[in-house]
Amino acid sequence: MDPHERMRFERATLPHLNAAHNLARWLTRDDHAAEDVVQEAYYRAARYFNSFRGDEGRVWLLSVVRRVAFDWLAKQRAQSAAVFNEEFHDRGDESSNPEFRAIQKCDQESVRQAVEELSPPLREVIVLRELEGLSYQEIAKVIEVPIGTVMSRLSRGRQQLQQRLASPPEGAGTT
Amino acid sequence: MNCRDFQQLLQPYSDGELDLVRQLEMEEHLAGCLDCEEQERNLRSMRTGLAAAMPYYPAPDSLRAKLQLAPPPSPTVTRRRWRPSGQQLSIAAGIMLVVGAAATIGMLVPRSGTGADDRFAERVVAGHVRSLQAEHLMDVPSSDRHTVKPWFRGKIDFSPQVPDLAQQGYPLTGGRLDYLTDRPVAALVYHRRLHAINVFTWPAADKTATPARASDRQGFHLRHWQRFGMTYWTVSDLNDQELDEFVRLFQEQTAE
Repeated sequence: MDPHERMRFERATLPHLNAAHNLARWLTRDDHAAEDVVQEAYYRAARYFNSFRGDEGRVWLLSVVRRVAFDWLAKQRAQSAAVFNEEFHDRGDESSNPEFRAIQKCDQESVRQAVEELSPPLREVIVLRELEGLSYQEIAKVIEVPIGTVMSRLSRGRQQLQQRLASPPEGAGTT
Repeated sequence: MNCRDFQQLLQPYSDGELDLVRQLEMEEHLAGCLDCEEQERNLRSMRTGLAAAMPYYPAPDSLRAKLQLAPPPSPTVTRRRWRPSGQQLSIAAGIMLVVGAAATIGMLVPRSGTGADDRFAERVVAGHVRSLQAEHLMDVPSSDRHTVKPWFRGKIDFSPQVPDLAQQGYPLTGGRLDYLTDRPVAALVYHRRLHAINVFTWPAADKTATPARASDRQGFHLRHWQRFGMTYWTVSDLNDQELDEFVRLFQEQTAE
């Protein structure tokens, strides 16, 4: 990468480093893994920088970050052989119609736990929408699905969150 | 449309993703339907609770340093001879699918501005990015508006309004002189958690008041309005909801 190209790369990606790390941290739920994912994502991004068309640096970078993060998750899954498959694969895109009741718990710990318990595909849309403020269209570009899928995942994510935050979780205190 | 139809649209409504016609229909319905109104309220309070309580994980300095010091490996293909790989082609196809879906769903709010606004938006974002990159966010770092406001005296030919929004969770952190066009403008810096909010302001060409217009650029959110003869541009990577709240509070506290 020549210095000019490198400068262009840094200008497109470095302002979004916090967003990249935030997404990686939420997806991996691990400090070290999040740093590794972001570093790997920056390397990949640099390699494919010529496919970047110059606008929406954040969307472009985040899409690389989440791909690396999902690779990492898949590796973890293979290693732990956990019953992860079912929750991992997104079941259908039928639009659900959640009823919204008032939530009771909104302290940091309950909220963090509730979001971490979402499956990765639901977790990422919640993070991208609520923390990064991305529009549906931007989220669709980041995770490479149609907008309808973004909407249904957001809807299911919020539904599950409000179920978790409205009543105490079953078997609280155990894992 | 019945309540069920409206409830299907509650989330896009709450996310600001409905087109104007549907949004007005929704507002009209919510004004007359207790049930839907309550759900809208619950959804809103959940989202506010989430946004406030979800931890944000900024990149640690060590990671930032690593990325800036260690240059990424050189590209394996040269720029001129670049051919898209299968994966990249499928990404491109995916993006085209998305664009197609957006057109058919037709619920998206158009966010592009007019030509002149567009050029300003570009400079505003460039100013914001510059301020973050060069670590030159503030010339006068202070959370006291009685320090920030007089600092501009003698440096610019107008006196900017500097509202105090610390109580509402948007503390003032300083001010700086910036050049967006050929004239110096006042840049006020506020923060929400770790997000910097730049407010650029300078005297407008006329006295017309315009409501805040939203636009997005390079992943940043912008709001532009005019009030009491002053032009305002706000830019941040903060989420839309909170940026709207910030603008509302800012406007409430700027009087003639």
